[in-house]
Amino acid sequence: MAAVAHQSVDKPVVGGNEPRVELTPLQRLTGQSITLLARFFSGFTVRWIDCQPDMCQRVYFANHTSHLDAVVLWSALPRELRKLTRPVAAQDYWAKTRWRRFLASSFNALLIDRREIKVHQSPVESMLKEIGNTYSLIVFPEGSRAEDGEMGQFKSGLYYLAKKRPDLELVPVYMDNMNRILPRGEFLPVPLLSSITIGAPIWLESGEAKSDFLTRARESVRALKDR
Amino acid sequence: MADFQTNILLGTVLVTLGIASLIGRWLRKQPSESINPALVRRFRQRLNAWWLMCAIMVFGLLLSRVGTVILFGLVSFWALREFITMTPTRRGDHRALFWALVFFTPLQYILIAIGTVHIPGRAAAMDLYGLYSIMIPVYASLFLPARIAMAGDHKRFLERTAQIQTGLLICVYSLSYAPALLYLPLKDSFGEPWQRSQAGLLIFFVLVSQLSEVFQWTWGQIAGKRLIAKDISTSRTWEGFLGGTLSTGLVGAMLWWVTPFQVWEAACMSMVIAVMGMFGGLTMSAIKRDRGVNDYGTLVMGHAGVLDRIDTICFAAPVFYHLTRFFFS
Repeated sequence: MAAVAHQSVDKPVVGGNEPRVELTPLQRLTGQSITLLARFFSGFTVRWIDCQPDMCQRVYFANHTSHLDAVVLWSALPRELRKLTRPVAAQDYWAKTRWRRFLASSFNALLIDRREIKVHQSPVESMLKEIGNTYSLIVFPEGSRAEDGEMGQFKSGLYYLAKKRPDLELVPVYMDNMNRILPRGEFLPVPLLSSITIGAPIWLESGEAKSDFLTRARESVRALKDR
Repeated sequence: MADFQTNILLGTVLVTLGIASLIGRWLRKQPSESINPALVRRFRQRLNAWWLMCAIMVFGLLLSRVGTVILFGLVSFWALREFITMTPTRRGDHRALFWALVFFTPLQYILIAIGTVHIPGRAAAMDLYGLYSIMIPVYASLFLPARIAMAGDHKRFLERTAQIQTGLLICVYSLSYAPALLYLPLKDSFGEPWQRSQAGLLIFFVLVSQLSEVFQWTWGQIAGKRLIAKDISTSRTWEGFLGGTLSTGLVGAMLWWVTPFQVWEAACMSMVIAVMGMFGGLTMSAIKRDRGVNDYGTLVMGHAGVLDRIDTICFAAPVFYHLTRFFFS
């Protein structure tokens, strides 16, 4: 897969299945600037409800309404967690030009090809391979951005992540107002205020059916809207 | 640029705030049975806002008047952000909102900071007042609806247009008259040019507007019986309004020495500020009630709620500015 091939250039694999990301100073600086810009443009407030920042391996899953979502959620995490958290981003967008690839690498993005999914190299497999025993993930299980702010159905990736790695904490996140800051089809953000609510982790129950789990996960995100 | 009188006034305000903060700290340590903790929290929030205002004044005055304009511009920007976040806009408003926040807001303050321009070939310098006093109410107010119409969404068109126009008018246009005071060439009521700095006048204005809020609230607590509009605010009463306005006039009169006004003129100006402050508070309460929020601060958790603190200043600034410009300039 091209994403993996590209990332192996600047991310040397150290020790078994635990790839360490070593960022250059320029990438670190860009990462910091991205954080500040995201903070300014989205004016977010972060609330941790029944959940605390932790270094343990997690999958943050959130509703998806804007291109800014991944970067903003990543910026909202404490600095130590940012180093250990990789937003999953679409390869067809972020690997297109050299500049976008550089940006993606600065915020630690994990690029996934959502077009050519093969059985033996599914996105879930490559995500798990990339995070090893160190990193956390930021995913948007709706797959693509919702048109009108209403949450779509969750794709099954979250279920397979939970099934293959039952030790991962699945943390629901609700991001409010992002669709007004940078809606679909716009390229200039309007700097309004937004809020990010991070809720209590869920896990896959033993014997829980795929559709039941995905509905429950979606509800856990939606429930944060009113908290 | 500040002179002796201004420094005295600023110093007095700082000392008073310091004492109030100490009291606030002492109040917080008291057991909650003896005193209402919600009240203490509000008191402390107010104090924090006042410290911030003082910081803007001191910082801005030390830097220069351009510094003050920039700081007021940032406050405007933040207030408009809160305003728009609270009001329901539609997808088609995106570009118009971008213009409002990213173009018109900075431009208004840039025009104020420039003040006057010299056009080559013309003897007299052009006062940009002619432009910035109508830019938002006329040009922006005509441009924004057109931009929304171009986006092609006609649903609730007038309502959406009015929201953005009102936001710009209150948060940006009106507030910008406060720093614009610094650019007024003043004279006293005998027509003699006034030699001291306008910074004193700005501090007078901000101080009196804040005091009017305190007095109206206090009088309302002591003597308030008849509510002005019971569905909009449960704390604004006619008694509070009257008592507050008169007290504000009295205190304003005692502060005449930082302004070009005579004693009675300072009293009148202060009462005008108090009346406009009541209008501002009531209007913003109505908007909040309509949107179902109590404080702009709780709208997005953890934010200080800039709009909650500047409603009096926003409504009083243009009137105070124009009265001063007409009679003392």
